[in-house]
Amino acid sequence: MAYSNKVLDHYNNPRNVGSMDKNDPDVGTGMVGAPECGDVMKLQVKVNPATGIIEDAKFKTFGCGSAIASSSLATEMLKGRTVDEALSIKNTEIVNELALPPVKIHCSVLAEDAIKAAITDYKEKSASRTNATVA
Amino acid sequence: MKLPIYMDYHATTPMDPRVFEAMKPYFIEHFGNAASRNHSFGWEAEEAVEKARKQVADLIGATAKEIVFTSGATESNNLALKGVAEMYAERGNHIITAATEHKAVLDTCKRLEKSGVRVTYLPVLQNGLIDLDMLREAITDKTILVSIMYANNEIGVVQPVREIGKICKERGVLFHTDGVQAAGKILVNVISDHIDLMSITGHKMYGPKGVGALYVRRRNPRVQLTAQMDGGGHERGMRSGTLNVPGIAGFGAAAEICNQEMAAEGARLRALRDKLRAKLESELDEVYINGSMESRLPHNLNISFAYVEGESLLMGINDVAVSSGSACTSATLEPSYVLKALGAGDDLAHSSIRFGLGRFNTEEEVDYVGDKVVDVVKKLRELSPLYEMFKEGIDLTKVQWTAH
Repeated sequence: MAYSNKVLDHYNNPRNVGSMDKNDPDVGTGMVGAPECGDVMKLQVKVNPATGIIEDAKFKTFGCGSAIASSSLATEMLKGRTVDEALSIKNTEIVNELALPPVKIHCSVLAEDAIKAAITDYKEKSASRTNATVA
Repeated sequence: MKLPIYMDYHATTPMDPRVFEAMKPYFIEHFGNAASRNHSFGWEAEEAVEKARKQVADLIGATAKEIVFTSGATESNNLALKGVAEMYAERGNHIITAATEHKAVLDTCKRLEKSGVRVTYLPVLQNGLIDLDMLREAITDKTILVSIMYANNEIGVVQPVREIGKICKERGVLFHTDGVQAAGKILVNVISDHIDLMSITGHKMYGPKGVGALYVRRRNPRVQLTAQMDGGGHERGMRSGTLNVPGIAGFGAAAEICNQEMAAEGARLRALRDKLRAKLESELDEVYINGSMESRLPHNLNISFAYVEGESLLMGINDVAVSSGSACTSATLEPSYVLKALGAGDDLAHSSIRFGLGRFNTEEEVDYVGDKVVDVVKKLRELSPLYEMFKEGIDLTKVQWTAH
């Protein structure tokens, strides 16, 4: 299969690879997929609690080139957005940006799921922190 | 060294230039129909076909009359299975095969099941070999045919064909083997291996595509087949259709070259394969060989790089032509059924690469491929959340994954 130049670029120069401390209260972690399905994405966001803006995003992905590119692109899209804006990111934006063929759409869906999982994790953490403060 | 490097010889082999030379006269100059009995054009074509028939027969220890030329091994497998099922329908309706067979056998069996044939699909052991006791137990008085491949196209594992042949002979059951990956690569002898039917093809032994053969035993026992292609009654009535004379001439030449060079070539490729394996195993952790290393083709290496997905690895070594058992590289989006049959887990199937070495690979190429794979696997493991978890000591089998 031929890959688009954008997929190749993200594969060859993946952006924001790495891990952040998942116990940091400002960090939200999402891990989606399964090894037996052939792809696992871990996506992390670091949020400024005062502004709600995502200041950093990191990923690690086990998967095909399109899965790596989708998660790499997702980290780029996340930075600078608020957590609520991040939740509105749709997989179709990733499909269009990377020119993914139909058989690779699931990679973009997985990236969207990873974003949602990371944001949800952050929100749960900050909610429990708020509750703890109130109590 | 020229790029890209071809290291996918189980898929197909480049044609040997000597083979091409042998074919050339039969396109324009000697174009006759081998079935034309009353002029020199036909005689020349027939002579070429009969020479090739002998060359192919010699490679596998058969006699020329036992070779039925076909369009390739898929047709040979179809003819063997369907032809036997139809011919011996009164004797029984049970066929035994294995889970790791090529689709040309498995899908033919599925078709036969629709017309009332019962098929037993033997599982394989973790090393890819069938269990001979399970085979013995599977044979019933309704069994007419056992079809077990000689060597597997993905993992290169060589089945205990001689023992299988013996068992079949003792029980009065015909034995067919898909010999595509073995013939011309390792010593195959239909007499000492007790083979009744064997499928082979030209393009896996440095010959042309579009030509193959089915070996059909003529003595002890005399195997009969119901033809699956009706027409002029060519090939002793078993396969009608004007013979592909240039293709057959090339197939014959390819078989003769293999016969002469197989021993030296096998030894050379084994050394290269072992060098590649040693390199990968010494410079990378968590690599797993798929299938038996002891009973294996000398030029095959099928290896899983844990925590790295196969297609992404292929992408990183894009100037090397190899295959992966990963789902993403298959049309069905399912990981290799052969690797799954070994019971190693789908995750290792997704991480597998098949290296198939061959006649034109050099040591320099093997060194290049080894270096490149090591680099790319290391890079992808830096990206892999699974490798990170493994390094943290997390048992990945105990993690709750969100399967999708």
